[in-house]
Amino acid sequence: MSTLFVNGAVTEDQWVSVDGEQPVPEGEDVIVSLAVFEEQPHALLTRNAGRLGAYLEADDQIDAIADHLELISLVALDFPSFADGRAFSKARLLRDRYGFADQIRATGDVRIDQISHMRRSGFDAFLVSHQPTIDSLTEIKDSGLDLFYQPAIEGAEARPALAGKSWARRAL
Amino acid sequence: MYRYDEFDREFVAARVAQFRDQVARRVSGELSEDNFKPLRLQNGVYLQLHAYMLRVAVPYGTLNSSQMRMLAHIARKYDRDYGHFTTRQNIQFNWPKLADIPDILEDLASVEMHAIQTSGNCIRNVTADHFAGASADEVADPRPYAEILRQWSTIHPEFLFLPRKFKIAVIGSSNDRAAMQFHDIGLEVRKNDVGELGLRVFVGGGLGRTPMIGKLIRDWLPEEDMLSYCEAILRVYNLYGRRDNKYKARIKILVHETGLDELKKDIEEEFERIKDGVLKLPDEDVEAITAYFAQPEFDDLPMRDESLEQAKLDNRSFARWIERNVSEHVKPGYGIVTVALKGTGEAPGDATSAQMDVLADLGERYSHDELRVSHEQNVILPHVKLGDLKAIYDALLVAEMASPNAGLITDIIACPGLDYCALATARSIPVAQELSQRFSDLDRQNDIGALKVKISGCINACGHHHVGHIGILGVDRRGEELYQVTLGGSGDEQAAVGEIIGRGFSADEISNAVETIVDTYLARRLSDDEIFLDAYRRLGPQPFKDALYPTKEAA
Amino acid sequence: MTTLKSPIAFTANNLLDGEAVWLGSNGAWVKTFDAAKVFATQDERQVAVEAAERADAENLVVEPYEIEVSQDAGQVTPIKFRERIRAAGPTMRLDLGKQAELATQAAA
Repeated sequence: MSTLFVNGAVTEDQWVSVDGEQPVPEGEDVIVSLAVFEEQPHALLTRNAGRLGAYLEADDQIDAIADHLELISLVALDFPSFADGRAFSKARLLRDRYGFADQIRATGDVRIDQISHMRRSGFDAFLVSHQPTIDSLTEIKDSGLDLFYQPAIEGAEARPALAGKSWARRAL
Repeated sequence: MYRYDEFDREFVAARVAQFRDQVARRVSGELSEDNFKPLRLQNGVYLQLHAYMLRVAVPYGTLNSSQMRMLAHIARKYDRDYGHFTTRQNIQFNWPKLADIPDILEDLASVEMHAIQTSGNCIRNVTADHFAGASADEVADPRPYAEILRQWSTIHPEFLFLPRKFKIAVIGSSNDRAAMQFHDIGLEVRKNDVGELGLRVFVGGGLGRTPMIGKLIRDWLPEEDMLSYCEAILRVYNLYGRRDNKYKARIKILVHETGLDELKKDIEEEFERIKDGVLKLPDEDVEAITAYFAQPEFDDLPMRDESLEQAKLDNRSFARWIERNVSEHVKPGYGIVTVALKGTGEAPGDATSAQMDVLADLGERYSHDELRVSHEQNVILPHVKLGDLKAIYDALLVAEMASPNAGLITDIIACPGLDYCALATARSIPVAQELSQRFSDLDRQNDIGALKVKISGCINACGHHHVGHIGILGVDRRGEELYQVTLGGSGDEQAAVGEIIGRGFSADEISNAVETIVDTYLARRLSDDEIFLDAYRRLGPQPFKDALYPTKEAA
Repeated sequence: MTTLKSPIAFTANNLLDGEAVWLGSNGAWVKTFDAAKVFATQDERQVAVEAAERADAENLVVEPYEIEVSQDAGQVTPIKFRERIRAAGPTMRLDLGKQAELATQAAA
């Protein structure tokens, strides 16, 4: 059983995941795996109804969808194990390099102690199956710190925390 | 040296509170060991053979007397009264209780110290030349850059779950005293023709299972681009570094398998994209950090101190110690002292809490309250007046830290090895102890001259054996310890990986093998002035193989 | 009743203080190797595995694993050198580790 958190709140998931076993449902918001996307990219990108989301596994690079991000409304990035940190950079690039402004969702081995790092890398949604993590997020208990030694997703908008330390930030 | 501001203090305090909570959740079972392990590693807490081990960060090896005293206090209060200085300029405690570690971290925080990211697949302690800010051959002090990198890398959200650990070293002189070319990123501070400061950047160096010398990726990087460039390198590594095999996961493998040119394309592309953004270093900030490392107010003294010269004449042991353990300082009338933690029969790099207190006192009194930890497991007093050297020597003598052997054959580097470490395949400390006893005669040591012996207890090479003039690697062959010898390695600017000389030696044979190597060198050197490394480079391995394996049973 | 190729013991580290411990009688974990229980059959091993997993799950010990031991005239010794060091302490610091505790006990 997974719980979806979007912008900090428990949210009902309106998206249907499609991994290739079944056909892509008409008119629904769908998240398709890269394999499904690459089978029929044009059809998926030009649907009349229902939004398109892309699901990338740890080995998938965002290059595969980079050219189509204008027509993609959600990117789900998987953490097969919390120790596999590739998705942090993918989220960062989606935000910073490609200007992707829609939902970036973390899936897989999502744990409370990595949530603030994920947020700071650009994730704004978390699909969680680890019960203690669900409990912590529901209580809005985030074990992250409020002070940062580097501008991550805060980027240029946040004011530097201190003069002489232009790379530091405080939580917004 | 750097002093915490309010931000730093708040940060470290919050981090300690966070870890205290994580320990509590582990003890209660809310956190499984699987989930706790990366968190404790990111706070420097290992589980070793006998107990937990806590690795405390000593940023670029620099500390002051109250910090050294706190390390002594921790050894006394929470541990077994000693600590171990490491080949990455850190200190390790071998017997802390997990339940005590939050309190230890709080004590450390009170003197502006921490154990953040001294372990785990993240950016580790940024190391630097242990003579920084004191040596006459320096272009610029590398430590401001190391400090900026330290801050930027601290809990960097994107780079906490890298394929593997990531080590950065910075030097400020063309004389490389930090083995810079054997780091994942190596930086050399330089000046251009118009006197601006910038960096030469190396990537993909490392030791371990597959030693590699770093590749030059940028001959010149403007100072203001340092963080952007490093961020680009880390991002490319995080995305493309191998995750299928722990032993092929360092950036050196990525460089080797992808090729530098192709990897450089990706790095430069990302760098171009971000270089004018938020990571560009403003001059004022670099100056502000640099100001922390301003040289202390030195006295104007003559180059020669007559009391010192007389003391040398009066005391041969003292004269010996001056000759080996005092290096030239940029300021006339001053010297850089190497306190050797390499007593005859002692474990290299270990210091008792009492010895740490002595070091703290000496640093405070005689070295402008500054000490350094070298990656060769000695402690440095960087700014000492020549006229104070005798008093320092006398104090070191009482504290059993006056070995006059800096850079000699008994100034051995050794990892903790199988006596402590869960990763080890053989013991390393007893080999070091035996060698230091065999070669204890100071006349003999001085006759042999400069010779770096480095011993690792397993293939992870924490003893840096690949860059030993004589390197010793302990392995396990059918339940017995076996020691493989490499020759001709060097961690200085003429970087070289040692060559395996032949079949390994048992624990009983290894000291004899080292003696044979030394005797071969002594017999074949051109003069007393030709040091071992130069003789090896001239002669090649054959004479040593012939001497070690006379019946031509060589591997 | 399959006899194991080599008799075994189970070892781990205490969660709270990190000390090396061995599975003793009645599922209790003991601080010195001489009190470790030796398991010689597949059935006994299975019981021990379950005890180890329980202790892990109950957050008493960390990373339990089995080690091979040899039995010689009533004297039980770990086969691997690493485990002998673990049972005694650092070989060049006889004042540290289990060997020091045992020496203190003997003297008392």
